[in-house]
Amino acid sequence: MREAADVASPLLSVSNLHKTYGSGSNAFEALKGLDLDIAEGESIAIIGKSGSGKSTLMHLLALLDRPTSGTITLDGKDTSRLSAKQLNQTRNSTFGFVFQQFFLNAQASVLDNVTLPLKIAGVSRRERHARGMAALTQLELDDKAGNKANDLSGGQKQRVVIARALINQPRVIFADEPTGNLDTATGAVVEDILFDLNRRQGINLVVVTHDEDLASRCDRSVYIRDGLLAVREEVAA
Amino acid sequence: MKIVDVVGTAFRNAFRSRLRTSLTVLAIFIGAFTLSLTNGLGTGVNQYLDDTVASVGVDDVLTVTKTNEEAPTDDGPAEYDPNQIEADGPPGSTTTALTDDDIDTIADVDGVLSVDPAKSVMVDYVQHDDGTKYQLSVAEFVPGMRVELASGSQVDLDAADPELVLPETYLEPLELGSAADAVGQTVALAVTDATGEQVTTDATIVGVAEPAVITMGGAIPNDVLTTTLYDLQTSGAPEAETTRYAQASVSFDPAGGEDAAQALKDRLEDAGYTASTLEDQLGTLTAVIDGIVLVLNGFAVIALIAAGIGIVNTLFMAVQERTREVGLMKAMGLSSGRVFSLFSIEAVVIGLVGSAVGVLGAIGVGQLVNGVSGDLLADLPGLTLIAFDPVSVATVVLSVMAIAFVAGTLPALRAARQDPISSLRYE
Ligand SMILES: Nc1ncnc2c1ncn2[C@@H]1O[C@H](COP(=O)(O)OP(=O)(O)OP(=O)(O)O)[C@@H](O)[C@H]1O
Ligand SMILES: [Mg+2]
Repeated sequence: MREAADVASPLLSVSNLHKTYGSGSNAFEALKGLDLDIAEGESIAIIGKSGSGKSTLMHLLALLDRPTSGTITLDGKDTSRLSAKQLNQTRNSTFGFVFQQFFLNAQASVLDNVTLPLKIAGVSRRERHARGMAALTQLELDDKAGNKANDLSGGQKQRVVIARALINQPRVIFADEPTGNLDTATGAVVEDILFDLNRRQGINLVVVTHDEDLASRCDRSVYIRDGLLAVREEVAA
Repeated sequence: MKIVDVVGTAFRNAFRSRLRTSLTVLAIFIGAFTLSLTNGLGTGVNQYLDDTVASVGVDDVLTVTKTNEEAPTDDGPAEYDPNQIEADGPPGSTTTALTDDDIDTIADVDGVLSVDPAKSVMVDYVQHDDGTKYQLSVAEFVPGMRVELASGSQVDLDAADPELVLPETYLEPLELGSAADAVGQTVALAVTDATGEQVTTDATIVGVAEPAVITMGGAIPNDVLTTTLYDLQTSGAPEAETTRYAQASVSFDPAGGEDAAQALKDRLEDAGYTASTLEDQLGTLTAVIDGIVLVLNGFAVIALIAAGIGIVNTLFMAVQERTREVGLMKAMGLSSGRVFSLFSIEAVVIGLVGSAVGVLGAIGVGQLVNGVSGDLLADLPGLTLIAFDPVSVATVVLSVMAIAFVAGTLPALRAARQDPISSLRYE
């Protein structure tokens, strides 16, 4: 791991990251000065107990939230300097998201759900359709394109979410408990898809999970305890 | 996000909760419907008055009367004036008569092209081919007056022979045949002269008039006929009687516009005469109608404001409902500005649908009312009680959309300010 970080400048780099929720007597310090480098092309698992601050860290890395203090650099640039427009651009085209819940628009069609990031990016309807169908084909859901998202099974929904995450050809996919809502077999399928993307397309994976098995498939795992990286860091086989 | 996608998405979002949206649309419908209908009523009645003025076709004539110095005031009864004669207006109202001297004075006023004293003629009867005699009123003479014709032409003012335009209703009683047949035929008109003797004169029918409010069903004579009848009627009367007129028509050059007309009125005023155009006379009526319509519109606007509050409510619910969706879209890089547009356009869409349906409903009901009122108000031919002009229809729709937009800003701002993480954590 050390070698990787030293060779190329890291894609994402965090130093002395603090995040405090609330203020005064209600203040809760979720992250207490955390340092982390993520190299280009790497898959990394963030593991920890419930409430340890995994989602908090992921949201900060994905620039969805601002840290209380500390810096996050993307491609060597301090992200606190990004304008609102650049921030939106980055979220839209550099990152893809798979959240703890599916966050699908239940009444809209599968295709519309998948192409939402393209719609936000201002891509034309025709191209949205073509790219949406391509992504759905990749995830073997092309026959469900016209269905309402609500009518899919849990595993299918999670695949729709992954299709949505990769539709804009992001450099990083953030996945918060991607298999948390799925049974073991379906979860394994979803995992395969994600690691396949990482290997073939070089998309970075940042996976938040409780699941040691999933973590072990990543290039690297980091453990969070009480808002800090635990010393126990290891390189997977 | 492209503008077309923002609008399209807002449109679809507006109808996601169909019942809720329908109820809000219904509230707007009621307001827009009422507003359109009251507006339509104002437009219809005013249009009718305008048409009436236009059908007379006189914009270069002032009606001049002598200003009555001793007009009855609250101070007590006015002193008797031997020059006072019966005037147009409520029965019993009088005016100071114009004499030939007055006519000359008026003619000398700067800007006056010509003066025609109004010669009021009382025709006893009209008769065709020794048939039955019928009563006939002769319309007050206004030079340049035009009426809607069923056949024939307007009277020729300069014609040497007596001519008249006869109302359509006289065709059958006088056995004149069709309107086209009647043109060119001759009728006899009888008046009683000052000595009490009945005398007749002939006149040629040059046109047949459709019923209209301005002529009150009377015949329209040309100059020669009026003069002939007046002379017959006044023969044998003392000269003082024959040269007293209730009013006179003054023609002027309308090219000078409103200001020139007003200046002329002022000059006549200084000379001791009161001048008014036909528009002035109808203007008071228009003002009253506008006032009534304004009050009615006020009620409709109150209904619209209530409906606007309904929009606020509907949109707050929508924002609440879609908290996670908004959070997701923001996480995917949708700007706050676009989120604001999404919700405010949704409000505008609700406003547009409500007002469009309201306006269409009002037009439909207007047609029905016009059908019924055509029968009930047969005395006012040509009256479209509820009329819609494109400008006021567009104004209603646009102002409802504006109200909807304003109503939508509060919820839209709330949605735009949402922070993506707390929205995503929202259960
Ligand atoms: N908006 C907030 N206000 C106050 N406290 C918060 C807020 N968001 C998170 N927290 C707290 O911060 C801590 C970390 O939360 P976080 O969601 O990062 O946990 P997690 O590691 O993802 O847990 P899980 O595995 O259950 O998802 C928790 O104790 C949580 O209660
Ligand atoms: Mg979490």
